[in-house]
Amino acid sequence: MSEQLKVPTMAELHAQGIAPEVLFWVGCAGSFDDRAKKITKALVKILHKANVKFAVLGTEESCTGDPAKRAGNEFLFQMQAVTNIEVMNAYEIKKIVTACPHCFNTIKNEYPSLGGTYEVVHHTQFLKSLLDEGRLSIEGGQFKGKRITFHDPCYLGRANNVYEAPRELIKKLDAELVEMKNCRKKGLCCGAGGAQMFKDAEPGDKEINIERTEQAMEVKPHIIAAGCPFCNTMMTDGVKNKAEGQIEVMDVAELIANAEDL
Amino acid sequence: MTLLPNFIFWLILVGGIGFFVRNINKLKRNIKLGKTVSVEGPSKERWANMARIALGQSKMVRRPISGLLHVVVYIGFVVINIEVLEIVIDGLFGTHRIFSSIGPLYGFLIGVFEVFALLVFVAVVVFWLRRNVLRIKRFMSSEMKGWPKQDGNLILYFEIVLMALFIIMNATDVQFQEMSSGNVISQFVAPWFEGFPLHAIERTAWWLHIVGILVFLNYLYYSKHLHILLAFPNTYFGGLTPKGQMDNLESVTNEVKLMMDPDADPFAVPDDSTEEPEKFGASDVFDLNRIQLLNAYTCTECGRCTSECPANNTGKKLSPRKIMMDTRDRLQEVGQNIDSNKGTFKPDGKQLLGDYITNEELWACTSCNACVEACPISINPLSIILDMRRYLVMEQSAAPTELNTMMSNIENNGAPWPYNQMDRLNWNKE
Repeated sequence: MSEQLKVPTMAELHAQGIAPEVLFWVGCAGSFDDRAKKITKALVKILHKANVKFAVLGTEESCTGDPAKRAGNEFLFQMQAVTNIEVMNAYEIKKIVTACPHCFNTIKNEYPSLGGTYEVVHHTQFLKSLLDEGRLSIEGGQFKGKRITFHDPCYLGRANNVYEAPRELIKKLDAELVEMKNCRKKGLCCGAGGAQMFKDAEPGDKEINIERTEQAMEVKPHIIAAGCPFCNTMMTDGVKNKAEGQIEVMDVAELIANAEDL
Repeated sequence: MTLLPNFIFWLILVGGIGFFVRNINKLKRNIKLGKTVSVEGPSKERWANMARIALGQSKMVRRPISGLLHVVVYIGFVVINIEVLEIVIDGLFGTHRIFSSIGPLYGFLIGVFEVFALLVFVAVVVFWLRRNVLRIKRFMSSEMKGWPKQDGNLILYFEIVLMALFIIMNATDVQFQEMSSGNVISQFVAPWFEGFPLHAIERTAWWLHIVGILVFLNYLYYSKHLHILLAFPNTYFGGLTPKGQMDNLESVTNEVKLMMDPDADPFAVPDDSTEEPEKFGASDVFDLNRIQLLNAYTCTECGRCTSECPANNTGKKLSPRKIMMDTRDRLQEVGQNIDSNKGTFKPDGKQLLGDYITNEELWACTSCNACVEACPISINPLSIILDMRRYLVMEQSAAPTELNTMMSNIENNGAPWPYNQMDRLNWNKE
C-alpha cells in the first residue's frame, strides 16, 4: 500500500468556500479499472507537482453515458448527462480535465445542448499548457533515447482533432518519437470504441487490437504511449499476445510522472 | 429538308434533358421522404467546404494515384463540357463550329480540350485496369459483385467512347484540320481515316458524341455516378461539428426533462394524445434524415471508407460503403413502389433493417470515424449506423446481452461495470 495521495473533492472544497481552478473528471475506467487507476494516480501526482488546485467529484461522479449513447441507448445517455450536469452546475464548474478521451468528447461536445457548457481539456492538452506556462518542467530521465510510438485514441484524434499535444509531451522526454503507418487522421482504432469494450467482437478473422499491435511492432518501439484507458487495455492485451515483455504500454501521464520520479 | 437534322436535334435535346429533369425530381421526392434536419452553423463555412472539398478535390488527393487520376478526369469533364455548348448551339441552329469565328483563341481552347480528352482517355483506361486487372482490394469486396461492378465498368466505357468520339469528330473535320490550329491530338489521328468518307464519319461522331452525352446524363440516375452532381450539395451539408459529437435526440430530451421535473404530473394525459409517439432511431429510410438520404445518393462506391474501417479490415461483416449502398437501394425500391402505386407508398413488408442491413454489421462498428474521415465527399455512414442501433436498443431492446449488462450497470451503479458508486474514490486508498 502506497502513501495516500491528497485528493480533495468538490464537496469538501465547496464547504470551505474554495473554488478549484479545474475539476479532474476521473471517469469510470480511471476510478475502477486496476490498470487505469495507475494513470489516475500518475496524473494526480503531476497536478500536485505543478501546484494545480484541482478537485474530483468522487462519489458524486457518474458515467458520462458515452458507452450507452454509442450503443444506441440515448435515454440512458441523457439521463446520465442531465444528472452529471446538475451536479457540475451546482458546483459552478468552469473547467474540466480528464484522462479519458470518451469522457472528454462527451462532456465537451454532447453536454452543452443539454445545459452543461464547460471548458473541457484532455489531460495531454492540460499538461502541455502547464508546460507552456512554465508550471511544469519535463525531463527525459529514464526515457532518454527510448523509441516511443503514440497510438492516437479515436475520440481524441479524429473525433476532436487533438494530435499534437501528446506528441509534444513525448518529445520533451528526449525520447525518439516514431510513428506507425496509421497515425493522426488515419490512426487505427484499438477496437474498444462504440461500446465494443463491453462486448465480444463480432465474428471476423482477427481482433482489431492485434492488428493495431502488429502495426506498432513494425516500428519496433520500446513503449507504446496511449492517451486513453480503453486503448491502454486493448494495446496491453495485444502486446501480451504478440510481444510480451518486449514492449510496454504506458499513458502519457505515466511517462511524465515516471520521468520525474513522482 | 435541311431543317430536318435541326428538328431531330431539338427533339433529342429536349427529350434527353426532360427525362433527366423528371428523374431528378424523383430523386428530390425520395430524399424528402426523410426527416427534416436543421442545418446549423455558418453558411460561409459550408460554402468554403464545398469549394475546398468538392470543387477543389482536397480530400481526393490524399490517395495520390487515384486522386490525381480523378482530378484529371474531373477537370477534363468540366473543360470539355464547354465544347458541348458549341455542339448544342450548332445542333440547334444548323451552324458549324459557331465559335471558330472568335479567332486564335478558338484553336487554343480546342487544343486544350483535345489534350484533356487524351488525358481523360488514359486516366480512364488506368481506372479500368485498376478495377479489372490489378483488382485493387477495395473494388473486390462482396458488395461489389454483380451490378455494382458492371456499373463501375459501364461508366468507364462511356467515358472512353465519349473521348474517342470527340477526337474522331475533330480528326475527320476537314475544315478544322485545315485550320491547323488546336488539332494538337487529332492531327495524329486524322491520317488513320484517309480514304474514308470523312464528312459522314465526322457527322456520325458528332451525333454519337452529343447523343452519348445525353444518354450518359440520364444514366446517372440509374447508377452510382450521381456524385458528379451531388458531391456539391453533399459537401455543403457535411458536418461542421467535431466528428466525435453525435446528435442528442430531441424526442428523448423532452422525455428526460419530463422525468426529471419534480413538478410534472405523472398521471397527466398528454394534450395531443392522438399524435403517435415519435419512433426512436431508424429501421427504414423514412426514419433517416434528408442529409443521410442525400449521402446515400451521393456515394460513388469508391470504398475508401471500407478500406479504412477497422472492423472490415479484420474480417467483420461491416462495410460502411455497403451501409450507404443499402440505404440508396432501399430508397430506390421505396421510390419505385411510390411510382407504381399512384404516388403513395404501399407497405411492402420490407425495411432497411434486416432486409438490407443486418444487426451483425451494426454491432461491429467501433464508432472510430475512420470512414467519415476517409470519405472524399463528406458522407457519414456512422450516423446511419448509430440511428439503427438506437432503433435496435430503444424500440426493440435487441442489444447484445453483454451490452445490456453494461447498460444496466450504468443505470444501477453509474458505471459500466458492477462497482458501487460509493466506491468511486477508493482508488486513492489502495
